[in-house]
Amino acid sequence: MIRGFTAVYLREILLLRRRLIKQIPSWSVSPLLYLIAFGYAMGRDMVIDGYTYMEFLIPGLISMSSMTQAFAIATEINVARFYWHIFEEFQAAPISNFTYVIGEVLAGITRAFCSVMVIIFLGTLFGVSLSLNLFFWLALFLNSFVFASLAVSMAMLVKSHADQGMLTNFIITPMAFLGGTFFPIDRLPVWAQNIIWFLPLSHASNAVRQASFGQTPPLYSYYLLLCVGIVFFLLAIFCVDKAKD
Amino acid sequence: MIQIEHLSKNFKSLQALKDISLKISKGELLAYLGPNGAGKTTTIRILTGLTRPSSGTARLNGYDIQKDVLMAKKQYGFVPQAVNLDQELTISENLYIHGQLFAMTSTEIRHKTEELLTYVELLDRKKTLVKKLSGGMKRRVMIARALMHNPAILFLDEPTVGLDAKIRRRIWALIKKIQHRKTTIFLTTHYIEEAEFLAQRVAFLDEGQIITVDTPQHLIAKQGKWAIDRIVNDQMETFYFQSRESANQYNNENDAQCTLRRVNLEDSFLAITGKKVR
Repeated sequence: MIRGFTAVYLREILLLRRRLIKQIPSWSVSPLLYLIAFGYAMGRDMVIDGYTYMEFLIPGLISMSSMTQAFAIATEINVARFYWHIFEEFQAAPISNFTYVIGEVLAGITRAFCSVMVIIFLGTLFGVSLSLNLFFWLALFLNSFVFASLAVSMAMLVKSHADQGMLTNFIITPMAFLGGTFFPIDRLPVWAQNIIWFLPLSHASNAVRQASFGQTPPLYSYYLLLCVGIVFFLLAIFCVDKAKD
Repeated sequence: MIQIEHLSKNFKSLQALKDISLKISKGELLAYLGPNGAGKTTTIRILTGLTRPSSGTARLNGYDIQKDVLMAKKQYGFVPQAVNLDQELTISENLYIHGQLFAMTSTEIRHKTEELLTYVELLDRKKTLVKKLSGGMKRRVMIARALMHNPAILFLDEPTVGLDAKIRRRIWALIKKIQHRKTTIFLTTHYIEEAEFLAQRVAFLDEGQIITVDTPQHLIAKQGKWAIDRIVNDQMETFYFQSRESANQYNNENDAQCTLRRVNLEDSFLAITGKKVR
């Protein structure tokens, strides 16, 4: 019955393909504004650890975008659940909760990778080329896995579409600004660094940045992302079951 | 076949279903008739595994919907009350996804799509986005989708709600066609004519309880064959008669404000529960 995940995945991809012409500009707007405002205007003369601010910023934006786009699958699930009632079609099908979650998580990861490609392209327009090695892609895969799994859990827990927006404000926005996207974490007080160290995005940003500079990122970041991802994935399976009532 | 035993469902302090037992034979169409809020949708949600019962069991072709979930779900097709098609996908894409959920091969899906869209007379629209279809067409697509995997049982939850009379009759004709395939059909409705036209047996549901189960003919016959509606002291009262002659005689003896008509299931429901279905 694991085969059914292709149906869940295919549905999301067909919808994404149908909206791709609108989606690509929407994926480009925020990163482009960050690159112009922070990278080009404010940080033009700034150097961090021997790299220009633009070089520092782009891997951070890539990590952030993989997080936000993977988490955005929650909105798709909610629209399908509360507005179109399509979630019932999956609930009534002979597929396990595990199968459903795999399909949605893979769809979230696919969205995340599409948005990453857009930022890599924008980076080249600003003259920044990154080292796109295995460590780079693995960190992005794990980061997307973490947030897509979290998204499925949250989508099942919320009682309305409005609640989903609130969760994004409480979880994703603070993580985006504090998770090492825009500034090095070591510029914060030690107590704040200790808290931020527990954010998955901090590890993803750090790993993606080091990998894209051609360095070897710390392996514990990958282990941590994998462990957090597995916990969220299991939570998602539990939450899908709970959504029955 | 569907077997329900002592099924109950509580939502906090509300008892939505109270100890329901019912058996529906293979190839039978049972109409589950009751007013809004009687518990029709709750029953169908439990039978399709979308909601857990508080107590009791339900078996579909011998598979327990709680214990053999995946096998039980393979036995039925489900047409819910609300349209739950992907509006931004085409008809054939919607059917393809359903086929994949039921582990059908691409070739099987293609053949079945052609067959069912011909059956519901929508083959020429297969590449049309669902959002561009009328309400009646969407219902027909939902029925075709529910039949994709050749289910032995079909659950129809108010399949004609919100449709105009002409489209409603077209859906009825389609349900009659499905009946000829020996599919067991569980139909919830609050349309009297729908139950009378389609059902072999009717179950009356009121406040979460099954009041009676019988054939429409028997239920109607218990009241008589003819009815006269008459305004008495600003209240509508109905009088029942076994023959048209006796009804006409009553009519002639009273004022012209009387309306003579045939007895229907609404009369039977009213007599048993003291309420109207609608």
